[in-house]
Amino acid sequence: MSTNISYPSGGAIIRQIKQAGVRFVASVPDIVTSDGLLWPLSKEADIQLIRVCKEDEGLSVCAAMSYNNTRALMLMQQTGLMDSLNAVRALGMDYELPLCMMVGLQGKEPHLPASESKAYGVRIVQPVLDAMGISHSIIDQPEDVDTISSNINRAYEQSAPHCFLIGRSPTYP
Amino acid sequence: MIKRDQALIKLKDLVTDDIVVAVYQTCFDWLAINPRDLNYVSTGVMGQASSHGLGLALANPEMRILVFDGDGSLVMNLGSLITIGHNSPANFIHFVFVNGVYEVNGSHPVPGEGTVDFAAIAKASGYRHSYTFTELADFSNSIGDILREPGPTLIALNVEAGEAYPRDYDFIHSSDARNRFRQALRS
Repeated sequence: MSTNISYPSGGAIIRQIKQAGVRFVASVPDIVTSDGLLWPLSKEADIQLIRVCKEDEGLSVCAAMSYNNTRALMLMQQTGLMDSLNAVRALGMDYELPLCMMVGLQGKEPHLPASESKAYGVRIVQPVLDAMGISHSIIDQPEDVDTISSNINRAYEQSAPHCFLIGRSPTYP
Repeated sequence: MIKRDQALIKLKDLVTDDIVVAVYQTCFDWLAINPRDLNYVSTGVMGQASSHGLGLALANPEMRILVFDGDGSLVMNLGSLITIGHNSPANFIHFVFVNGVYEVNGSHPVPGEGTVDFAAIAKASGYRHSYTFTELADFSNSIGDILREPGPTLIALNVEAGEAYPRDYDFIHSSDARNRFRQALRS
C-alpha cells in the first residue's frame, strides 16, 4: 500500500513560501518536517530562520512582524499548536493578524486522512481549528503544495490566520 | 525602591521615535505619561511582550525597540531571553519592572519574588549587557549612557507602584490601538 503513496516536496514548499514573500520562519523542530523542510530551510539565504524555545514565542514574533508587512511563517508540530492555542486565539482571531502556521501532524498515518487517524492528537486538530474559525489546508499530496503561496497571500490580504497541516513528511528536494 | 511612574517619567525624556512595547500596569502608566502612536500595547497573551519586541526588532532594524516588561509576565516566557540572546538584536532594550507581584491580578506574589536575578539570567542567556537598579537617582544617572550601547540589553528595575493610573483594558486590546501603531510604523 505504501508504494502508492506520494509525498510533498520540501523544495517545492520552500519555493512557495519564498514566492509569497516570506522572509522569516520561526520554528520549534518537528520530526515530520525536520529532514525535508526545516533543515533545508535553515540553509536558505533568502529566509531567516528564528529558532524559538516555545511555539507561542514564535507566533508573537510573526504577529509583531506583520505590522510593517514583513511576512513570516511559524513552523511547528501539532503538539506545539495545541500548546499555543491561546496565542493563536488572541493574535489571529481577536487581533485579526495574518498569522501563518505550518504544522507537522506527528503520528498521522500517511495513507489516512487526519480525521481517520488512530492518533487522538491528530484527529482533533482540524475540529479544533474549525471551532476557532481558523482556515486551514492539508498538505499531503505533491499538488497540495501549489496552494501555499496563494493561501499566504490571502492571509496577509485579509489579515487573518491560516494553518497548513503537513500530513506526510516532505521529501527533499 | 523606585516609584514606577518616576522611572517612566525619566524614560519619557529619552524616548524619541522608538517603538515601546509595554504590558499591564506599566503599560497603563506609560499610556498616561506618554501617549503616542508608536506605543505597542496589544501583546495579547501575558508574557509575550519580549517576543513581540523581538519580532519588531528583527523586522525594523533601523528602529530602537524598548520593551517595558513585568516580572510576572517575564516568568511566563523566560525562554524568550534565550531566543533574544541567541538572535542578539542590537536595537533591543528590555526593561523589567520588578515589583514581585501580579499587580493587576490581585497582587499575589510572583514565584521567586525577592530572589530571582533577572539581570543575571539575561546575561547568562546571551544578552550583551544587563543591569539592576533599586534607586531612581542611580537609574537616572545611568540610563542615558545605557541606551547608547548596542543591545540586547536588559535593565531590571526594582519598583513599587507610584501614582495610580487608570487601567484601560478596552484600549490596549482595541483595533484602534493596533491601527494607530500600524499607521505610525508605516508612515
